Amino acid sequence: MIAELGHFSLVLAFVLALVQGILPLAGAHRQAAERDDGGWISLAGPAALGQFMFIALAFAALTALFVSTDFSVMVVAANSNSTLPLIYKISAVWGHHEGSMVLWVLILALFGLCVVLFGSNLPTIFRARVLGIQGLISSGFLFFMLLTSNPFARLVPAPADGRDLNPLLQDPGLAFHPPFLYVGYVGFSMAFSFAIAALMEGRVDAAWARWVRPWTLAAWCSLTLGIAMGSWWAYYELGWGGFWFWDPVENASLIPWLVGTALLHSAIVVEKRNALKSWTVLLAILAFSFSLIGTFLVRSGVLTSVHAFATDPARGVFILILLVAVIGGSLALYARRAPTLTGGGLFSPVSREGTLLLNNLLLTAAAATVLLGTLYPLFLDAVGGPKVSVGPPFFNATFLPLMAPMVVVMAVGPFLSWKRSDLSGAFSKLYAALGLAVLTTLAAWYFHRGGPVLALVALLAAAWLLFATLAEFADRLQLFRAPWQESLERACKLPRAAYGMTLAHAGLALVIAGATGASLWREEHIQSSFPGNSVRVGAYEITLEGVHQLKGPNYVANQAQFTVHHDGRRVAFLKPEKRVYSVSATPTTEAAIHTTWLGDLYAVIGGPAKDSDGGGSWITRLFFTPLAVWMWIGSLVMVAGGLLSLSDRRLRVGAPRHRKGINGGRVAA
Amino acid sequence: MNRKFLLPVVIFAAIAVAFAVGLTLDSKRLPSALIDKPAPRFDLPPIAAVNSGEPYGSGFSSRDLIDRVTLVNVFASWCGPCRVEHPQLMSLSRDHGVPIFGINQKDKPEDAQAWLERHGDPYLAIGADTLGRISIDWGVYGVPETFVVDTAGRIRYRHVGPIMPRDITRTILPMVAELMP
Repeated sequence: MIAELGHFSLVLAFVLALVQGILPLAGAHRQAAERDDGGWISLAGPAALGQFMFIALAFAALTALFVSTDFSVMVVAANSNSTLPLIYKISAVWGHHEGSMVLWVLILALFGLCVVLFGSNLPTIFRARVLGIQGLISSGFLFFMLLTSNPFARLVPAPADGRDLNPLLQDPGLAFHPPFLYVGYVGFSMAFSFAIAALMEGRVDAAWARWVRPWTLAAWCSLTLGIAMGSWWAYYELGWGGFWFWDPVENASLIPWLVGTALLHSAIVVEKRNALKSWTVLLAILAFSFSLIGTFLVRSGVLTSVHAFATDPARGVFILILLVAVIGGSLALYARRAPTLTGGGLFSPVSREGTLLLNNLLLTAAAATVLLGTLYPLFLDAVGGPKVSVGPPFFNATFLPLMAPMVVVMAVGPFLSWKRSDLSGAFSKLYAALGLAVLTTLAAWYFHRGGPVLALVALLAAAWLLFATLAEFADRLQLFRAPWQESLERACKLPRAAYGMTLAHAGLALVIAGATGASLWREEHIQSSFPGNSVRVGAYEITLEGVHQLKGPNYVANQAQFTVHHDGRRVAFLKPEKRVYSVSATPTTEAAIHTTWLGDLYAVIGGPAKDSDGGGSWITRLFFTPLAVWMWIGSLVMVAGGLLSLSDRRLRVGAPRHRKGINGGRVAA
Repeated sequence: MNRKFLLPVVIFAAIAVAFAVGLTLDSKRLPSALIDKPAPRFDLPPIAAVNSGEPYGSGFSSRDLIDRVTLVNVFASWCGPCRVEHPQLMSLSRDHGVPIFGINQKDKPEDAQAWLERHGDPYLAIGADTLGRISIDWGVYGVPETFVVDTAGRIRYRHVGPIMPRDITRTILPMVAELMP
């Protein structure tokens, strides 16, 4: 009964999405031609509300089916089990293809609802167009679900027990990683809808940029958090101490992030300087297009990947048609209308706009290389070439050289003024930052001899970015130059967006430092140990105390106990596990991690090493990953910066449109 | 119309075509350069002895493939899909009497032996391809892969990925029946 109710809700949501997609757009067109009294466009709001309610009802129905473990429903039987803990019964709702699509449209409808609730400052026709485009996207996805992946399909006869959730997904990190990722992906649909609506009206101006920015920023924050969570999960769950594998599915989330980051920055130029209009509109279209392509890659089975839990080529054809309609259609509209968007503000290459544009180009070039590396095997396959895979060496050799100049420019950009600026003035304020960065790098070299030169270069870049960002902040406050009361007063008056930029840029510096340490300075020891044996890892002495069997709710495990000594003092216990999940007979690795500010101790227990004489020894893998924790702290700092900027007055509804910054027009990004 | 604004849609069209072609390619049905060619010549040792026990069987060489229709299955204990495929191999050898030979790729002898003990041994003989050299000669991309070899010792069919129950009735058994003299 609940399943049928859910199914029926989805059908109703589809009908409402069609209404929302067709009538307001037609109405806006008619009203623009002054042939309508606005009756059709006023349908957009109620339709969006109704659509959200019915999708929410369907989502609630699916959740109820999973919580009550109703095995007569196919997806529940395939992805749940009576022994599964409750929290994973809930996360299992989106742990498979059908459910993740329900979550996708739920978030899409939620964004539509937000436009209705918070979009009162938008012109009526423009708002109707935005909602109409959202409705069209939504109806495409709902149609796809109803035709090819109905989450409420019954299974007759119902099995006695379910096949259990994929053990890799039975983890807090991965359970809540997809919702954040999806809010990011789907959030870019807002920027997309705003861009298409603007192309339809042929007008892009500062007000448009101000409307687009909060949605993009919210999506960006969520995507950043989602990617960080995924990376964190890979770090502690896959058991190799790595955090990024350039896997197609990881790349599919990185590409929209890179383009979205570029969009955030170019929207500022549109807002402040009325320039880069057609470029910003293109970025808005691309950010969502790459989100869709990401969904396509994961769902269609075109590219195989360890992350693709649900692949089915039959669905691929449908998604491809959807992609061609949405992306192809919007890019064709762009080709037709973009030439009419004439930019206003001219600027010299050395200016705030100039550096923002340069970094935009570097970010999109980076996105393009990642895209090329991800799709190259597919292209080669399509022309009949051999099956190949493109691995980390390609990405490291192409992505990192693009990121290095970006970091350098990123540190200088905020010092430049709009329109025209001089570099020598900016550099004169950066000597201190450069000096501190070099000192930090030398100190790192002194304390950590050995390791590749690249590590020092990357660390120099990270320190440069961090100190330059702090220097810019200090410069804004006139810190150490004006009396401290004046600095404090300036700090209070500084717009939140300025704090947001400082935090986001500093956060990236921390991420770079962490990623550098955790990858290039990683220490790795693999050995077979008897209980009582000790291994020296970094400054730590790690002793295997023993291994014993353990029984969890739906798995059995071998758990090892390690004690960790530092300078003769016991500092930690580590208890890594090797689990075998009963239903699927899949083994998983549960690493044990001891985190310090300077690095993580990372212990993994393998199988018993049988070939040794007498037996009783175990394969153990011990890692020291320097600075790893800073990747996660840095990601959170970046997200905090984004949220702070999101709360800025000028982006809030009803706020006055113009607000002069205290630095005479140098209002922050 | 300004040409540069057309560029994005043109690039996307190229990507979409590649996606469309990619969808029509069945990743499971890789063509093999070796189809209808004689199987490579090789002589693989048995899975090595563990803990001063006996080696497992007596190895597998290309001479074993002459005068009967055989399946050659490349497997490894570390490979998840092999576990999925295993019941089908057991059924092929036990219920249908198809001779199956195994190439145990890049495996540890103790793991391989434990695996066969736990899940059953459907193979007439197994060769240990510890370095994966012979698998390369066979053109194996990944485990599991299965080849149908005719009475003259020529490779006639290649199956990539695990053999599922429907593959037995739809492909493997008709193929074997057709090749029987």
